[in-house]
Amino acid sequence: MSDPKALIAARAAREVYPGEVVNLGIGIPNLIPGYLGADTEIFLHTENGLLGVGPRPQEGEIEPDLVDAAKRPVTALPGASYFDSASSFAMIRGGHVDVAVLGALQVNERGDIANWAIPGKDVMGVGGAMDLVVGANRVVVTMTSTTPSGEPKLVRECTFPLTAREAVDVIVTEHAVFRVRDGSLFLTELLGGATVEEVDRVTEARYAIELEG
Amino acid sequence: MTVRGVISAEEAIAHVRSGDTVMVGGFGLIGAPLTLIDALVEHSDATGLTIVSNNIGEPGRGLGKLLRQGRIRRGISSFFTSNPEAVAAVNSGEMEATLVPQGTFAEAIRAGGAGIGGFYTPVAAGTLLAEGKEERVIDGVPHVLESPIRADVAFVFAARADTLGNLWYRHTARNFNPLMATAARVVIAEAGEVVHIGELEPESIVTPHLYVDYLVARS
Repeated sequence: MSDPKALIAARAAREVYPGEVVNLGIGIPNLIPGYLGADTEIFLHTENGLLGVGPRPQEGEIEPDLVDAAKRPVTALPGASYFDSASSFAMIRGGHVDVAVLGALQVNERGDIANWAIPGKDVMGVGGAMDLVVGANRVVVTMTSTTPSGEPKLVRECTFPLTAREAVDVIVTEHAVFRVRDGSLFLTELLGGATVEEVDRVTEARYAIELEG
Repeated sequence: MTVRGVISAEEAIAHVRSGDTVMVGGFGLIGAPLTLIDALVEHSDATGLTIVSNNIGEPGRGLGKLLRQGRIRRGISSFFTSNPEAVAAVNSGEMEATLVPQGTFAEAIRAGGAGIGGFYTPVAAGTLLAEGKEERVIDGVPHVLESPIRADVAFVFAARADTLGNLWYRHTARNFNPLMATAARVVIAEAGEVVHIGELEPESIVTPHLYVDYLVARS
């Protein structure tokens, strides 16, 4: 298979619709703008206080006071606005952000998500992760099917500290698209030439198969 | 209050006493009041401080300098991880840590400055960060009761201030600064540029001067 991250980002880009307000997490989600059609205008929100995030600046055009939530330099598009952190999270919790796309360490079969801490290693940084998964109208998780050591990330029960319960709507891996509906998990699409048997090998969670199209 | 002219950073930081709770604006170092932090590091003996800031600076930068001096007793933040030395200080027991989701952190400061006694949020319900907090189901959704956050002193940064203490922020350097300017007994604003009264468009003023007690120019 080609680069699994590119495959995931390209498919996740189709979960974002024209005109939507979108918050993209660090990693694979950040690749999504490269896969949006030229006529797909979306509005990127970053929780540190900007709606209308533009591309990364050219060398020599970096503005130190203009960064995204990963503290990397960005630009602001025409029509952009700035706001304080309380307003920014009011937008998120208040249901004004259409979709959050983010990575995860584990997702379970009911849509519980763990993406902020590894027990005994790092429980000291949560940032906006909890606010985003609770507040965004749709939560799309982009993640590889397994950890580098081969452990499934789509599990029956999360063993890492939870970010939120029953928060995830869509999971895109390099093998498949899953959707959570009414507390149950459905395999709805196979990706990159994967078979159901292959998906089964890298998935611990129980799911029903309802392939679309 | 209202500012009466610009004072030095050394004069301003004399308002910080040992054991105080100090709010410090900024998202990492973006929009952080670095002149005030440096003055606190170099010209104050105040220790045993509780720091309310989204991060505890970076190693040896911003609040990271104060951390190296062992003067932070407790940190209230959403992301300690951006300074590995802060995580190490918590693990060794040198510093207590209270981790708060970033949106709850911002709203708690807003509430503190707005005279609100607490609020219920769905964020963190059913997670480690809700342990010990009152939970309540509202419209079928579990919520967590969060308390307001206030401080003895707040350090904020604004790109521009007039000599009354009206503040104007630039780009994403706004972040927590306008919130913290409302939520402390003594508010000290550090300004990148100080202009005459009337030079800021009234509609562009984000923090009206009644919140600001002292004004310091960035050095």
